[in-house]
Amino acid sequence: MADTAFLRIEGVSKTFGTFHAVRDVTLSVAQGEIFALLGGSGCGKTTLLRMLAGFEEPTAGRIYLDGKDMAGVPPWLRPVHMMFQSYALFPHMTVETNVAYGLKHEPMSKAERADRVREMLDLVQLTQFAKRKPHQISGGQRQRVALARALARQPKLLLLDEPLAALDKKLREHTQFELMSIQERTGVTFIVVTHDQEEAMTLADRIAVMDKGEVRQVGSPTEVYEFPANRFVASFIGSITTFAATVVGREDGQLRLKVADFGTEVLARDVAGITEGQAVTLALRPEKITISQARPEAANVVEGVVKDLAYFGKDSLYRITLPSGALVQVHAVNARRGDEAARVADWDDKVWLSFEPGAAIVLGD
Amino acid sequence: MKRRPTFLLSMLAFGFAFFYVPILSMIVYSFNASRLATVWGGFSTKWYAALWSNTKVIEALMLSLKIALVSATIATILGTLAGIALVRMGKFRGRTLFSGLVTAPLIMPEVITGVSSLIFFLLLAQWIGWPAQRGFTTITLAHITFSMVFVTTIVQARLLQFDRAIEEAAMDLGSRPWQVLFDITLPVISPAILSGWLLAFTISLDDVVITSFTTGPGSTTLPLLIWSKVKLGVTPDINALATLMVLAVGLGVVVAGIIMNRTEARRLADERLAYRTNG
Ligand SMILES: Nc1ncnc2c1ncn2[C@@H]1O[C@H](COP(=O)(O)OP(=O)(O)OP(=O)(O)O)[C@@H](O)[C@H]1O
Ligand SMILES: [Mg+2]
Repeated sequence: MADTAFLRIEGVSKTFGTFHAVRDVTLSVAQGEIFALLGGSGCGKTTLLRMLAGFEEPTAGRIYLDGKDMAGVPPWLRPVHMMFQSYALFPHMTVETNVAYGLKHEPMSKAERADRVREMLDLVQLTQFAKRKPHQISGGQRQRVALARALARQPKLLLLDEPLAALDKKLREHTQFELMSIQERTGVTFIVVTHDQEEAMTLADRIAVMDKGEVRQVGSPTEVYEFPANRFVASFIGSITTFAATVVGREDGQLRLKVADFGTEVLARDVAGITEGQAVTLALRPEKITISQARPEAANVVEGVVKDLAYFGKDSLYRITLPSGALVQVHAVNARRGDEAARVADWDDKVWLSFEPGAAIVLGD
Repeated sequence: MKRRPTFLLSMLAFGFAFFYVPILSMIVYSFNASRLATVWGGFSTKWYAALWSNTKVIEALMLSLKIALVSATIATILGTLAGIALVRMGKFRGRTLFSGLVTAPLIMPEVITGVSSLIFFLLLAQWIGWPAQRGFTTITLAHITFSMVFVTTIVQARLLQFDRAIEEAAMDLGSRPWQVLFDITLPVISPAILSGWLLAFTISLDDVVITSFTTGPGSTTLPLLIWSKVKLGVTPDINALATLMVLAVGLGVVVAGIIMNRTEARRLADERLAYRTNG
């Protein structure tokens, strides 16, 4: 599969002086995919994108687009367009001329060009603002002009650097779906950079989670959430509680772990590459833990006391103290109605926590 | 409560008076009917009429304008290119030296610049027989060399606060670097280039020192004419000439100010409108 991939990034690194901004990244992206680069500030997302666009040459490694080696190909010859973090609209041109700018390099007649511009403005619903200058439109509209401009030449690959970061929350949610529908209609491959995990989960078919210039895991939103490959990914995406554990045995596809904080042994989903006796990390997502007053019949049961609880209406967040003093976060949906039933437990109640072996994440690092 | 404003106001008034009283008195005395510059002899505009019929003055004015126009234009082109190179070329060998060399003329005494230009022209004449005599060409060349520095400084300052992403965006959309320069960079920094040109123009128009080193027989610019006339005593026609220059410069400044205020106010109004009709 790696050989036929539309975009292949092979062992790409970028150093600025002695600083490693991107470290040995290998990725492949399929045609028509929305691929997200997710990571905290300064982890090298923009640098990686700039290497794809041709603004930076990799210090090491190769980039193949549609089978062609991109080394030494300048930005103006790459069938790759970028939507900049700051939008970078041309301030002295109207919305229309901004969108038309890239088309002057296309062999097309005036009429065809005008048609394409109209089509693009239609796509982003900006036809009525065609004659305005960038400073005469709002932030959300500017974002759409930038998108239309980048799409006008029908690139093979569109790079979007934090496309929604400058928008307010409501507009951002709306625009996410707009972006997805535009991608679907145009069929262009999107690489979206974001530091917002929810945005990555909503938009992307696959996500690469980056940390300090390295890709820590690549997978579908479900994979990176449900099956994180390491502690960084597990804690970066969603909230999670981790415990030190030791593998004491393996039984019918499950690992038996000894967890000091629980005072008992628990069963967890087996993971390849883990050996018996190994020290591992057990990670539990708050919504995967069930809380109850009576001891439930379950594979993994732990005792605790409610230390804190926050009631949000449709759900509640509990913080439970274990006998060892460790804290666990539990997220419970308030399915029942009524005063006393709204909460499963109250402050200082003694409760039982239980979780499925399949929901327990075992991390080797 | 009242003390401090009074003090500040009188300081301000003093400062303004220091600068403007000489100019005002010059303007007033340009309407003096008396031939003596320091004795008031009633109101008259005859010195202005005299100026107009003085072919020497008109010739000097024309020469000054021609030199200012040509030198400002060439200085703007060269200065802009130098400014772009300094900011955009990143770290090339000798960059610090080069930018030092560019800004040095800003603080170099004009006499030094003038003398060195003169010596250079003399040597050049000896080696290649050009310039055979000094005049329009040598003055213009000398003006270009020192007014270019001002253009470079202005353009450099503008480029440093320029969002490079818009140039990259143009490149990304298929334009080669030279196309980006003409499509994006130059249009966006054009106000800075224009003000650089205006500065170069005025510097050239009123320069005395460097001009007097590089001029030759028969090439008298307006400032040189005034200077030589003043040496023979201040006459009211000088006042009239100087008043006209003040008027011209003042008018230019006011017009430029109005244009800039208008565009700024327009931009702000547009931005407000954009957020109100937000789609
Ligand atoms: N031209 C450069 N010279 C030196 N260091 C650089 C350069 N460009 C980026 N860096 C460094 O490389 C690291 C990664 O930068 P990058 O812009 O790729 O981060 P990012 O993941 O996009 O972050 P953000 O989410 O804040 O945009 C940063 O520590 C940055 O300081
Ligand atoms: Mg970035």
